[in-house]
Amino acid sequence: MNPFNKNTEELTNVAYQVRRDILRMVHAVNSGHPGGSLGCTELLVALYFKIMDHNPKFNMSGTDEDLFFLSNGHISAAWYSVLARAGYFDVKELGTFRKLNSRLQGHPATHEHLPGIRIASGSLGQGLSVATGAAQAKKLNQDDKLVYVLMGDGELDEGQIWEAAMYAPHHKVDNLIAFIDHNGQQIDGPTDAIMNLGSLRAKFEAFGWKVLETNGNNFAELVPTIEEAKSLTGQGQPIMVVMHTQMGYGIDFMMGSHKWHGVAPNDAQLQQALLQAMETLGDY
Amino acid sequence: MKDFPYTESKDTRSGFGAGLHELGKKNPNVVALCADLTGSLKMDAFKNEFPDRFFQVGIAEANMIGLAAGMTIGGKIPFTGTFANFSTGRVYDQIRQSVAYSGKNVKICASHAGLTLGEDGATHQILEDVGMMRMLPHMTVINPCDYNQTKAATIAIADYEGPVYLRFGRPVIPNFTPADQKFEVGKAVMLNEGTDVSIFATGHLVWKAILAGKLLEEKGINAEIINIHTIKPLDEEAILASVAKTRCVVSAEEHQLNGGLGDSIAQLLARKMPLPLEMVGVNDSFGESGTPDQLMEKYGLHEGAIVEAVERVTARK
Repeated sequence: MNPFNKNTEELTNVAYQVRRDILRMVHAVNSGHPGGSLGCTELLVALYFKIMDHNPKFNMSGTDEDLFFLSNGHISAAWYSVLARAGYFDVKELGTFRKLNSRLQGHPATHEHLPGIRIASGSLGQGLSVATGAAQAKKLNQDDKLVYVLMGDGELDEGQIWEAAMYAPHHKVDNLIAFIDHNGQQIDGPTDAIMNLGSLRAKFEAFGWKVLETNGNNFAELVPTIEEAKSLTGQGQPIMVVMHTQMGYGIDFMMGSHKWHGVAPNDAQLQQALLQAMETLGDY
Repeated sequence: MKDFPYTESKDTRSGFGAGLHELGKKNPNVVALCADLTGSLKMDAFKNEFPDRFFQVGIAEANMIGLAAGMTIGGKIPFTGTFANFSTGRVYDQIRQSVAYSGKNVKICASHAGLTLGEDGATHQILEDVGMMRMLPHMTVINPCDYNQTKAATIAIADYEGPVYLRFGRPVIPNFTPADQKFEVGKAVMLNEGTDVSIFATGHLVWKAILAGKLLEEKGINAEIINIHTIKPLDEEAILASVAKTRCVVSAEEHQLNGGLGDSIAQLLARKMPLPLEMVGVNDSFGESGTPDQLMEKYGLHEGAIVEAVERVTARK
C-alpha cells in the first residue's frame, strides 16, 4: 500500500507545492534544472503519494518495497522535494540544495547518505541498467514488489539505454516499469533536430517491451496508465510508459522550450512563477 | 634464496573460475554476470551449477556494470566477468558513478590483462587498467600472482564489503603459492627475506621476480622479494619496513609505468622514505601481436630486466 494514497485533488495540491519548491531551490543557488523538474512533477508526486508501496523510514535494500530510480538525475530538485514532502527528510533541508556540505547534491548521490537515494545518477544512460539489476535481485529474493525508473528522452541518445532495452525483455524482467519523460527537448534544442528519436513506441515494442503512452502532466490520465502498467507486470515483459510532457509544465513562460533546461529564474521571474504555483503545504 | 617448488602450471583465470564456483556453493548471495566470454573467464562451472544466479549480458559491458550495481541493492554480491580492457576503459564512467561513487559492493573481475593476452594485439592488451581503477575513490585493486592465489582472492573478496577490481590473466604459469593460503586484502606477502634490495612485484611478474632473485643470488646480491597482490590499499607498512632495511627498491608489473604499482610505491617513497627506485613495466607504449613470451621479452617484463633494474638501483645507493 502507498502510505498516502492521495486522490487527484490532493495530488494536485502536492504538485503545486513541489513546483514551488523546485523554483525556490534553483533560484536560491542560481543553478539547477527547472524545466525537466517541472515537467516530471506529476509522475514523481503520483509515484510517492499514490502508486508506490514505499517506506519513508528509508533503508537501502528496499526489501518488500517498491523502488524508484531516477536516471535523468539532473531533475534532482523535483525528486528532493517529493522525498522531503513524503517524509524521507525534513523539508527545511531543501534549503541546502546544491550548497557546500549538503546532502542534496546537484545530482542525486548516496555518498552523503540522503534517505531515498539508492544510487548516484547524473551521467546519463545508466539508470535503466541499474533498475533492471535491482528488479532481478527482487526476483532472486522472491520479493514481489516492483521497480520503477524514469529516463529523459534526450537521454535515449546514450547507447547503454539500448543495451538495457535489449536485455530486460530477453531476461523477462517483468517486475520493471520504466518511464520516458518525452518532452521533445534537450539542451541544444528539440530532440527532432538534435537526434531524432522516431517512434519510441515502435522502437521499444521491437525490443520486446510492452509500451503504454499517456499525458504525463495530467493526473487523471497518468494515474490510470500507471495502474494499467502495474496490471501488466508479471507477464514476461518489462513495461515502458512513454509520457508526453512539457518541459517547464505549470509555469507559462517556461513551458514548451528547451531554454529552461538548465537555467534558474531571476528574482522577477521567480515572483512571476510563484504566482502560478500556490503554497499548499507550507514553504520550506 | 628460498626455493619455491611447484607441481603444476596453470592460468590465473582458472583460479578465478574455481573460486567463483566454490563461492556459488557457500554463499547464496553471490551472483555472476558475463559479457559473452563465459568460456574465456572460466565461469562455466558456476553457470552450469547455478543457472538462476548467472546472467548472460551479451556484448554489453556498460549494461553489465549497471545491472551489477542494481543487484547489490537487493543484497546480492555480483561478480562481473569480461576482459580487463572491457572491464575498465570501456566502462569507466559506469564504474565511477554507479559503483565507486555509489559505494556498491560489485566485484569487477578482469581477465586477459596485459601483454600476456598475446596474439590478439594492442586493442585487447590493456596496460592502463590498474591506473584507472586505483585512481577511483573507494576502489580496491587486486592483482594476484598465480592460480591458487587468484582462487583465494576471489573467495576472499566476497566477504570484503565494497567495490573491488580483481585482475588476472591468460598465460599458464607456475602455481607455487599454497592451496590453503588465507588471502588478506591489503596485506603484502613476504616471499624471500633479503638485505640488498627490495623487489616489489605484482601479478605475473611475481614469478619473474623469483627467477630474478635466483640470478641475483649467483651474483652475490641478496634480494628481498615481496608480492604486492593488493595495489590499493597499498601495504605501506610492509613496504617501508623492507625499504628501511634494504635502502633501494625495484618494482615489477605487467602494466604501464604510469599509474601502476611502481607509481604507487614512488609516491610512498617520495613522501616517507626517499630512496632510489627503478621500475620494471611498460614505458608509455601500446603492445602488439606476438606470443606472450615474445612480448614479455620485447617489452622488458622478464627476470633479466628485473636483474638489470636491481643492478642500476643498487649502484645508486
